[in-house]
Amino acid sequence: MAAEMKFAKSHEWIRPEENGLATVGISSYAVEALTDLVFMQLPPVGKKVKAGESIGEIESVKAVSDLYAPVSGEIVEVNAALPNQLETLGTDPYGAGWIVRIKPDDPSEMDSLLDRAAYEAQIAS
Amino acid sequence: MTSTPLRTPLAAWHESHGGRMVDFAGWWMPVQYTSIVDEHLATRQAAGLFDVSHMGRLSIDGPAAGSWLESILTRSIADLTAGRFRYTLITSDEGPTGVTVLDDAVVAREADAPDGSARYAMVVNASNRERVVAWLRSKCPADGVTLVDRTFATGMIAVQGPLAVAAVCVLCGDDDAARVAGLGVYRGTRAFVAGQPAAVSRTGYTGEDGLEVVVAADAVTDVWQAIHDAGSPRGLKPCGLGARDTLRLEAGMPLYGHELVATSDPFALGLGLAVTLTDGSGTPRSFPGSDALARMQATPSGRVRVGLVFDSKRAAREGSPVVVQGRTVGTVTSGSLGPTLGCAVAMTLIDRDHAAVGTAVDVLVRDTPQAARVVPLPFYRRPAPRS
Repeated sequence: MAAEMKFAKSHEWIRPEENGLATVGISSYAVEALTDLVFMQLPPVGKKVKAGESIGEIESVKAVSDLYAPVSGEIVEVNAALPNQLETLGTDPYGAGWIVRIKPDDPSEMDSLLDRAAYEAQIAS
Repeated sequence: MTSTPLRTPLAAWHESHGGRMVDFAGWWMPVQYTSIVDEHLATRQAAGLFDVSHMGRLSIDGPAAGSWLESILTRSIADLTAGRFRYTLITSDEGPTGVTVLDDAVVAREADAPDGSARYAMVVNASNRERVVAWLRSKCPADGVTLVDRTFATGMIAVQGPLAVAAVCVLCGDDDAARVAGLGVYRGTRAFVAGQPAAVSRTGYTGEDGLEVVVAADAVTDVWQAIHDAGSPRGLKPCGLGARDTLRLEAGMPLYGHELVATSDPFALGLGLAVTLTDGSGTPRSFPGSDALARMQATPSGRVRVGLVFDSKRAAREGSPVVVQGRTVGTVTSGSLGPTLGCAVAMTLIDRDHAAVGTAVDVLVRDTPQAARVVPLPFYRRPAPRS
């Protein structure tokens, strides 16, 4: 069974993979709230990040938003094709619209993030 | 703004049609309904429908209205005939330079009053309305001029784009439709639109052909809905303030608080046309700040307003430094993706030495240099109408 996807309050999702890595993207709610995406900056592969630290930015016509690391770890892969096809974030935010893969320092750090129900409750409030 | 934002007569319509509402200059306004880019392109290709009821609308009547306005506005209106509109600045003689720009405005001469005296209307920025009205009242003579803030008694709709005039004219009787369709740029007339008495003008803030329609507050929603229904089958879309901003940016139009600020030199901004320093016989005109403006014209400022086009879609924002060989030579005043152009654009105030068309510059966008080059304004000019 696929491991459970967790969410950060800042609208990133993270999903543990079988190889010990974790995939990170942004929620469909975040994509819809941003709209008119024009630019995305990805972090360099190999960058060590702390949970809550900016790992890039995403820009819409109206504003620039930071992307935050949901957990601490090392960036081991980035979706280099994504900045040139930002529409993928809208059509497949949890699949082809993934943004980075992180090797978490401590996989248990994911336990403290929101599950889907708690995240949806946050959006609704 | 800490107080509850003001609502235009259309606020409920915006809320029930997916408008993303924000507090803009103290008004509860839609930024967008669907997408800024979609709304922008609909305006360029078909028509956009904008609620601009938040703009301040003033009427200036009375036997001395014309002579008083002539004494207070930077631009002469002495030769303004009924049905004509004119862009002007409103200035005071305060501040270190001797002139403070309070606002930019459009003044119109309406049909004369029954007693033969001229009547005027003025539209000012929402963000400046209270301050400008208070200042105008402080300068207004006790007799001979009646200044009324009609912002809350009326609403204002902008219909902009190649199909805009047709979308309004189908809602008018034959005579009114012919008169509206025949309006020249910066001309206005009275007409019944969807059965409601309206002031209709060939004006706007998008770089497109189009109209602005002022009606009584309680008629705005009916007129809006009628224009919406008339234009929607041909691609008209309701548009929020987001598209209004990207459209005016592409059209190279200044926005108070960004390009134009209290301390601005209008000549550096390319707004010299809004300042009439001498009358027809060459005699200096006198209005608040006129001496300082004459000095500014005689001593050109070191910086001028130009456009920048970027290689990328990544937009510079207001305040981004413009750099040449490590030296800051300018500052971005407005920047965004230009949806019609497909790349980022910005208006900037830049040192004259670096203002020549084609000059290569870097703009620091969140500390990352982005390559851009100087271009003439506007970025976008609408295609000539097919004749």
